[in-house]
Amino acid sequence: MKRAALGFGVTAALLFAVAPLVLGDFRLSLLAKYLCFAIVAVGVGLAWGRGGMLALGQGVFFGLGGYAMAMHLKLADAGPGNLPDFMILYGQLDALPWWWAPFANPIFALLATVLLPMLVALLLGLLIFRRRVRGAYFAILSQALAAAFAILLIGQQGTTGGTNGLTDIQGFFGYDLNDPVNQRMVYFVVAAALLAMLGVAWQLMRSRYGELLVAVRDGEERVRFLGYDPANVKLVAYVVAAGMAGLAGALFVPAVGIISPALIGVVPSIEFVIGVAVGGRATLAGPALGAIAVAWAKTALSERVPSAWTYFEGLLFVLPIVFLPGGIAALFKWRRRARLVPPAEVKEKVAA
Amino acid sequence: MSLLVGQLFSGVSIGAVLLLIALGLALTFGQMNVINMAHGEFIMAGAYTVYVLQQVVTSAGASLLIALPVSFVVAGLLGVLLEVLLIRRLYARPLDTLLVTWGVSLILQQAARDIFGAPNVQTRAPEILTGSVHLTDDIAIASSRLFILGLALAAVAALTIVLRTTSLGRRIRAVVQNRDLAAVSGLSTGRVDRLTFFIGSGLAGIAGVALTLIGPIGPAMGTNLIVNAFLVVVVGGIGQLKGTVIVAFVLGVLQATVEYTTTVSVASVIVFVAIVAFLQWRPQGLFTLRTRSLA
Amino acid sequence: MTGLSVRDLRVVFDGFVAVGGVDLEVPEGDLRFLIGPNGAGKTTLIDAVTGLVKATGHVAFDGRELLGRKVHRIARLGIGRTFQTAAVFEELTVLQNLDIAAGWARSPISLLRARRSVPPTVEKALATVRLSEVRDEPAGTLAHGQKQWLEIGMLLVQDARLLLLDEPVAGMSQDERDATGELLGELSRDRTVLVVEHDMDFLRRYARTVTVMHAGKVLSEGTVAQVQADPRVQEVYLGHPVKEAS
Repeated sequence: MKRAALGFGVTAALLFAVAPLVLGDFRLSLLAKYLCFAIVAVGVGLAWGRGGMLALGQGVFFGLGGYAMAMHLKLADAGPGNLPDFMILYGQLDALPWWWAPFANPIFALLATVLLPMLVALLLGLLIFRRRVRGAYFAILSQALAAAFAILLIGQQGTTGGTNGLTDIQGFFGYDLNDPVNQRMVYFVVAAALLAMLGVAWQLMRSRYGELLVAVRDGEERVRFLGYDPANVKLVAYVVAAGMAGLAGALFVPAVGIISPALIGVVPSIEFVIGVAVGGRATLAGPALGAIAVAWAKTALSERVPSAWTYFEGLLFVLPIVFLPGGIAALFKWRRRARLVPPAEVKEKVAA
Repeated sequence: MSLLVGQLFSGVSIGAVLLLIALGLALTFGQMNVINMAHGEFIMAGAYTVYVLQQVVTSAGASLLIALPVSFVVAGLLGVLLEVLLIRRLYARPLDTLLVTWGVSLILQQAARDIFGAPNVQTRAPEILTGSVHLTDDIAIASSRLFILGLALAAVAALTIVLRTTSLGRRIRAVVQNRDLAAVSGLSTGRVDRLTFFIGSGLAGIAGVALTLIGPIGPAMGTNLIVNAFLVVVVGGIGQLKGTVIVAFVLGVLQATVEYTTTVSVASVIVFVAIVAFLQWRPQGLFTLRTRSLA
Repeated sequence: MTGLSVRDLRVVFDGFVAVGGVDLEVPEGDLRFLIGPNGAGKTTLIDAVTGLVKATGHVAFDGRELLGRKVHRIARLGIGRTFQTAAVFEELTVLQNLDIAAGWARSPISLLRARRSVPPTVEKALATVRLSEVRDEPAGTLAHGQKQWLEIGMLLVQDARLLLLDEPVAGMSQDERDATGELLGELSRDRTVLVVEHDMDFLRRYARTVTVMHAGKVLSEGTVAQVQADPRVQEVYLGHPVKEAS
């Protein structure tokens, strides 16, 4: 308890005091973007690190949250009764599509950013976990979902902006996003959200549910003989992770000003996972720190030599996972040694 | 009628490409439990092999014929290299092979960009494969598509014969069915693994050659194909080839039909939903090897 | 009726008949040993009762049909089992293993809270299976015999009424065997216990009744003495001399 309180205190101090003081406006808004990725990573750490579900389609939930938020902001920018600018530009529509209309309501849109991804995850999870589709099958299916969703969005240029996505977002609930003061405010919102999600993950991991989740990860069949339905156990972690990705996507929109298929397809979805593996998949802080570090490295490296970044990213997937499966966190000698070791997947054959 | 046949054939031809790609995965994923995301880049390597060969061999027909065995070996050796350097350390962690090989695929793509340049390149197809075959007056089928279909079926036949009749095939099946027992019986499982990986990856090279006939080749060509190919193996069920063959063609025809009646973008979602629905009925895929193990 | 009642149980794997029409009655209070050569279908029988493999026929416990129910539903009816190779959650501590076994009926709210104190049943089970000392060690670090005991402890906190144990004393020291035998004797007073075991010495000392299986069928049944005197049993074990202690 004490250690956790200290950890949260230090994190809060770093996020709310040190970072805003040390970093300029540009760097701070970059950090806001990284923190969004960190929120996704916290969910992936829960689902994959603790639950053994290699979720390679988190971009879908990130995208659902992002589009829900962006649709509302585009409508707010356009003003009541007007079409968003890109719809007028592409000229395919005379009236707002029916499914855009509810997003004009800020409360509906805000709820949708989190609930919509959770609902999709719930439906998909119910269908596949109950039929015991897991391991590699689950990973491949989640990846296919990301591919299908990105292709769907690209094809609907008139209503979703197609490849370009939804861009040029000006305001955020009445605040002008071009004003640096408001950009700082967005940063603080993102930082608070990350802290809150870390809190949620912390509670889930230390709870009896968290222990059960690890048990399901390491012995899904064994858990059945104790009277549990592992599908439900996994479902909770998967849905929570989807909600976190949705929240991150929603915050990404005001922080960066865009949401597009390029941010949610197969490639970005698998990139959400790499920070988690580097930081330490089964720990609380590892995924978030790993995600921030990887995102920072990407900016720093690709600013200078773009091709070097791709090689480096490739090595990031290869070296830590092969040689340091516990991630950076495994290098620190934590007092509690349990769970830092990667899941014993030996028992979990793909065929299962 | 002609429309229907044309649609059907376009589906079969999508299926043939899927099959060529998925066949290698059926070996490496289905038999060895390795999720090799770099399989797509082995396809790319096969395709660039044609491109390189054509710098030397001017005849398109001859270069295509030479390319088939050469790209098989090139991609196969890449696969063996991957197996020896990395995958061997990960047999206990199948999900981690996915991420590690994804990293390898990023590196290979960037290497291709640095060597051949980022823009797509075009290879020359032999004259005989550029036209089309008229089945009736109004049904014409591109010869290249027919060639790919033939190539896919030939690859299935060759692989079946190798697995069923040769001692290598027996060893592969022995290791797949009971790795420990095979090792105790004196089989070098490490050698069998490398050979299986060689053949599986080599098939990706053949797929790469086929793809040069129907489109430009580029560093990212593999990424777009790999996800669907894995779906084919998952839905077909692992451990047996017939599931992969059937599902490749069914998925191809389904894709073509749905794309025709809706749009490409909607089709991608409908096919995904269809697959999830199918897994409700057969969660282990179409065909599966039954075991009585707990896992 | 109370206890386990199996009638005409059949399990077929791809044409191979693993269990071919078994009838078995184990009343409450019995401590039944199930023996037979390898491949006799002993473990498959347990798998069928616990819902792991598909079977035909009838399996009832305390009058309730088990066949056709899902594994976790069967467990909730008070049927618990152990596995040939101890199946414990190696990365969780002994305490966590037991706490999970005790908890399928917990409400979502209590699941989402951290454990504040050790439930009394868990505390008692820790003492019974002599693991109090190592309660905070990861189960993976336990010795083989201790893992077997942890599994038995999980059955205890699960409050299983029918205990199906698959070779519970394999790999245990003599001292541990004795303790396990005593424990099983005690447990079986108000429960139904079925033990698959190869160790004949252990069987002679603790079995109340014995069922011998051979080639998927019940060959003989009765007390230890009756079964040992059965010529058919001697014949089956001819190629497999009865071991004194493995």
